[in-house]
Amino acid sequence: MSNLDSFRLETRDWLEDNCPETMRKPMKTADDGCWGGRNFTFKSEDQKLWMDRMGEKGWTAPEWPTEYGGGGLSKAQHKILKEEMARIKARSPLESFGIWMIGPALLKFGSEALKQQHLPPIVRGEIRWCQGYSEPNAGSDLAGLQSKGVDMGDHLLANGQKVWTSYGDKADWMFCLLRTDPDAKKQMGISLVLFDMKTPGVKPKPIKLISGSSPFCETFLDDVRVEKDQIVGEINQGWTIAKYLLTHEREMIGGMGLTGAGSKTLGSLAIDSLGTTFGRLNDLFLRTEVAKWEIDAAAFACTAERANDEAKAGQGVGATSAMLKYYGTELNKRRFETLLKVGGSDELIWDGDLSKNDGWMAKTWLRTKGNSIEGGTSEVQLNIIAKNILGLG
Amino acid sequence: MALVVNEEQQMLKESARGFLAEHAPISEVRAQRDSGSELGYSPALWGKMADMGWAAILVPEQFGGLAFGHVGMGQIIEETGRTLTASPLISTAILGVTLINLAGSDSQKAELLGKIANGDLTLALAIDEGTQHSPANTKMSASKQDGEYVLNGTKRYVIDGSSADNLIVVTRTSGNPGDLKGISLFNVNSDTNGINIERTNMVDGHNSSIITFTDVHVDENSLLGEFDRGFRPLSTALDVANVHLACELLGIAQESFDITLKYMKERKQFGTLIGSFQALQHRAASWWSEIELCKSIVLKALQSLDEGDAKSPALASIAKAKLCEIVELSTNEAIQLHGGIGMTDEYDIGFFIKRARPAQMLYGGYSYHADRYALISGY
Repeated sequence: MSNLDSFRLETRDWLEDNCPETMRKPMKTADDGCWGGRNFTFKSEDQKLWMDRMGEKGWTAPEWPTEYGGGGLSKAQHKILKEEMARIKARSPLESFGIWMIGPALLKFGSEALKQQHLPPIVRGEIRWCQGYSEPNAGSDLAGLQSKGVDMGDHLLANGQKVWTSYGDKADWMFCLLRTDPDAKKQMGISLVLFDMKTPGVKPKPIKLISGSSPFCETFLDDVRVEKDQIVGEINQGWTIAKYLLTHEREMIGGMGLTGAGSKTLGSLAIDSLGTTFGRLNDLFLRTEVAKWEIDAAAFACTAERANDEAKAGQGVGATSAMLKYYGTELNKRRFETLLKVGGSDELIWDGDLSKNDGWMAKTWLRTKGNSIEGGTSEVQLNIIAKNILGLG
Repeated sequence: MALVVNEEQQMLKESARGFLAEHAPISEVRAQRDSGSELGYSPALWGKMADMGWAAILVPEQFGGLAFGHVGMGQIIEETGRTLTASPLISTAILGVTLINLAGSDSQKAELLGKIANGDLTLALAIDEGTQHSPANTKMSASKQDGEYVLNGTKRYVIDGSSADNLIVVTRTSGNPGDLKGISLFNVNSDTNGINIERTNMVDGHNSSIITFTDVHVDENSLLGEFDRGFRPLSTALDVANVHLACELLGIAQESFDITLKYMKERKQFGTLIGSFQALQHRAASWWSEIELCKSIVLKALQSLDEGDAKSPALASIAKAKLCEIVELSTNEAIQLHGGIGMTDEYDIGFFIKRARPAQMLYGGYSYHADRYALISGY
């Protein structure tokens, strides 16, 4: 038996023994996700047990080195773990900006002390992170950010306002971009710093979206003390790390144009809702719209696959994350516009007993409008493609 | 299978590009048109293509072919799209070979495939009868009389119809227009009595003919495949042809884009390069993104043909539909972004739109394939 085969068997046994039954059922809503951290209210004991067991094993961050609490798995082993989890329909044990965003940045750019301090609590789900990037006057033009970090000798004093801080009111720590050299050229005077959200002067305030939910905050920074040892990389060199994280974020968001293999196709949802006559959908114009979307979605799915395979084979530029982000989010917006038409007026009931799933469709449809704004607008992605790939100045 | 072009296929693509740059630059397209070429392609060039082995790529090894597969062939066709090169590749080396291989008897395969592989025989598929592609609606009749078949009817827009040695004729031998059963295929020499071929003068200059069959007598051996059951192999062969047409359209779309991008970096207006205008940058970036999608779906469809998997018909229709949409965008944007010079015959960009539209319509355009995809998907 090869090493991978025995790893698969061990993994299967371990999951069988350790994954609680209730964690082997699909999540009903996005609210069922486990985010961990100091402020999190677990939905059930099983949810906490599952996070703790996976965190202890390092399998919440399977490929991170074991010295920082990670699983130390190879890519091939990680793939097996995912397959075995999918086999028993195990939920993700932990949703985490720590694992998705700041962790990888620390692994790449952080000092040994920062890695030792921050990575293990991320793996165990003890500390929940949020991102302090955008500002009211620095959205697409992120490098125009104005929140200041003034050098006070042994620490920085931060003042300013951040916006679109995902779960800022629930997070424990923030990774934050500050302008630390006001005289340097735009991108040159920025630093990436870390601080506890309990630090005096940090005030997050939820923002209610058109979709009714409040996943984001604006966060006010009022004379916030940031220790100098909490600067990631060199002072004033934060933009490189910020760009690395933005690329990472684009890749995550771009994936949303892809609908999961298990979920129903747009075509079959249209058939369920509208019915067919002699094998044709009962609304001919919508039939065209659905077919056009499915054709584009198939071509997009192949493009994500090709980009992945080309990267593995070490070939050319391929499709970049900017293109996948641009096309994927626009595609997802189109999908929900069509779904809304397919569902008809029933889907426009906002909430209450008469609504389907408490207005899930209407709320999700409205939420997709932000897809092509967050993580860099579609227009910014097109700028990146034009400049970096097509060489248009 | 990884969705990438492997090293061997990439080498074939590069050798095709080199060959076409040397022997078939776009100036050849202009020369063919200006000389009023009867064939619509250069027989000398076709001879050289056959010497390169291109006619043999899809032919099985036991009949003297290379059996190199669709992904390989697709790389060549894509390159012929970039140079707008007319040749019998689609009609003969792709459609003809696929139909004979699927439907032909052992003796027909032995007789025909080797000749095709050597470049000694060309074929044309006589299928459409109206102005829209609709194979199930075939009306043209073939009736059995005294151990022979007698063919009567008219075929329109037969690609390579006025140059091919043989015609593969799609006929109705029973049932009514619309029925999938009752379609039979015949392999007929173009010189047979009763066949009248009239060459049209289409926008792309390729030879596309109206062919009238008046009491054309052919012997029993002319039947290609099973009597009344020709639709199945025909449908598969059309999928193959449509995927390769999508490859050609991909070449056209990419070259139109590349030429236009280059122009945006040279042309100055208002004292600056037009490529510095954001309105044009966004159009170019969005256009480029669409072409990336096209590359992916075409490769997927080619791989699916090689694997012979059940998704091939759906993927063929997705690929052809998507490429029809984007080549239309590409050729229109190419002219618009060139401005006035794009409207002149002297400049080459106009040749791309003129080849794209007939290639889009051939064997079904966007609406045909989007509709077919929806039907395959149950709606």
